[in-house]
Amino acid sequence: MTGDTSLVNYRLVKLHLGAAGVTLFISMAAGFLYSLQFLGYFPHPGNEFVSPGHLRLIHTNFAAYGWLVNGFTAMTYYVIPRLTGIRVWSDKIGSLIFYVWQFILLASLGGYLFDKAQAIEWGETPTGFRPGSFELNWIPVDLLITVGAVLLIVQFMVPLYKAREQQYYVTLWYFTAGLVWLALTYLMGNIVPEWVLPGAAGAAVTGLFIHDLVGLYVTPMGWGLMYFFVPLILRRPIWSHSLSVIGFWALAFFYPLGGVHHFLLSPIPDYVEFGAITTTIAIEVVVTTVVVNFFMTLRGQWGALRKSMAIRWFYVGAVMYFITCLQCAFQVTWMFQKIIHFTDWVVGHAHMIMFGTFTFWMFGVVDWLWPRICRREWYSNSLRAWHFWMSTIGITVMFVDLTAAGLIHGFMQRELNHWSEIVATSIPFWWVRTFAGGLMVVGLLCGLCNMWMTARGKREYDENQHLMPEGAE
Amino acid sequence: MERFNTLFFVAGLGCFAIAAVLSMVFPFMTMQSYHGMDYQTIEDLAAVPSNEFVQLATDFPEEFQAAFGEVSPDSYAEALLLGRDLYVGQACWHCHSQYVRVVSNEEQRFGKPSTAQEFQNALNQPHLWGTRRVGPDLSREKGKRSNDWHIAHLINPKNVVPTSIMPRYDFYFEDDGAPKKEGFALVAYLQWLGTTLYEEEVTP
Repeated sequence: MTGDTSLVNYRLVKLHLGAAGVTLFISMAAGFLYSLQFLGYFPHPGNEFVSPGHLRLIHTNFAAYGWLVNGFTAMTYYVIPRLTGIRVWSDKIGSLIFYVWQFILLASLGGYLFDKAQAIEWGETPTGFRPGSFELNWIPVDLLITVGAVLLIVQFMVPLYKAREQQYYVTLWYFTAGLVWLALTYLMGNIVPEWVLPGAAGAAVTGLFIHDLVGLYVTPMGWGLMYFFVPLILRRPIWSHSLSVIGFWALAFFYPLGGVHHFLLSPIPDYVEFGAITTTIAIEVVVTTVVVNFFMTLRGQWGALRKSMAIRWFYVGAVMYFITCLQCAFQVTWMFQKIIHFTDWVVGHAHMIMFGTFTFWMFGVVDWLWPRICRREWYSNSLRAWHFWMSTIGITVMFVDLTAAGLIHGFMQRELNHWSEIVATSIPFWWVRTFAGGLMVVGLLCGLCNMWMTARGKREYDENQHLMPEGAE
Repeated sequence: MERFNTLFFVAGLGCFAIAAVLSMVFPFMTMQSYHGMDYQTIEDLAAVPSNEFVQLATDFPEEFQAAFGEVSPDSYAEALLLGRDLYVGQACWHCHSQYVRVVSNEEQRFGKPSTAQEFQNALNQPHLWGTRRVGPDLSREKGKRSNDWHIAHLINPKNVVPTSIMPRYDFYFEDDGAPKKEGFALVAYLQWLGTTLYEEEVTP
């Protein structure tokens, strides 16, 4: 099954996965360094370029455009040709996309270091233009990302379109829509608030941008990969196709309506906020159907959690997914927002969903895919286990810690405590956060080291040793 | 239903477009009808240089002369834009919010709650509301503290708030504490925050 190079371009899968690993390390290292500022131990204070603010930009943007986009692209290069039976559009274009995308990351890294960030949260990639004018002052990264996203659409829509007479498997619905949504979301979020709608009306759009990037790119790609890899590894079909249909259309309809919930109790009109709150709670119902489908697929085969590391990543990620989304249905209400907005609660939430869920799912994909594309057995099983346990303990501790810190911060803010008291109270929590983050970084290093050694390893991969017993009903 | 065209056009383009249009049109139209929402360009905002800006020129005559020349609407506009660029570029807005909510006693801590109109200007395009308050909100900063406080604070926040965890921005200042061009711009921008609100109060 791995030797089938006529269908899948393994070189591109490998390149994108490698780039994803490196950018994730850069992102997490930047986050770790940034967290040291909160403790007063930032290694080189008073540096104009590698300043804590710049590290924060690198942290969030490399996680999204470096790690997730590279990782999901690698995964789609593997999945789409296998599900449609048709090659992607062009290998040359594939190489072009790869190099353009890594250039984008370097150009945005340089942009952050030289104060060229754009004031769009999570879309700080430099426009390259002086604000409000068309005068170039940096490489126009936004334009390049748009070109890259459109090329990705063409690259993958060709096999999808050619296969239009076939019955589409659920994963392909998500990938078709998700790729279109990535380009649209990026364009909307980076153009409208900067050039069209200023101030509060623009804020509604930036809120929608943050939300859509998670909901309309990362989520469909994540659900799609779960629907592909879980049945493949377990060797049994997903539990319910009707539920997956409901999940897809409800995601497409409800998810993008909730964008304003990032700026609740703000000058944005109340009725717009109520609309966002209601649809966000509806999303929780959708997520529940999907998570039920995931877990019913695993029913009776719980031993797979022990046998397959990929399944373990997937399902621990799914548990965290349910926790985060349940939390979201509460925190989106005004009652919670009064206290928890602007606090570490939100930071904990964001880390749980981005690391605990989608990064875990991608780790699962890497765990399954890497030995198959390198045709080598994993170098070390204990490193795999260390990676898993350090990541799991790290993110759990971080989530609980930041949630608690957020509540304390929120209540102290309401009780009009002096700001320095709030900071002093938060510092022990920030120590725990840095410790948990350090654990996650070390875990990642274990994983990356294992990937490197596996690629250079000697032991040939043998598929037969890794097959699950067929999951008969 | 799960055909390529349905997925691409209905889910991919259609659902996205509905939500995007709703999120753009509803807030904008409502705010337009309630507040009028006159857009202020940077020339409007900088028409009268602030007292704080004038004071910077008086306190550091040589340095100010070298950086911005005379106090004028043009130099004030230049300072505000540069100050905003630094505020965005150094990601200040990721630790300091710029809107005051009507809840959690924020009115007592920071000042009057935010209105839509006060963000309808060139220095809020895009807005800098932020989503996290590691430090306090800054949207009512105008005139709350002196220029000297801001300079001492930016050089090293621990100078004025011993327990502060904010990074130092001493690279925007000379060794004797006189601001460089960036330092002037940053202080001018910080001392501008909230100006549009007070104008709104004078001319309702």
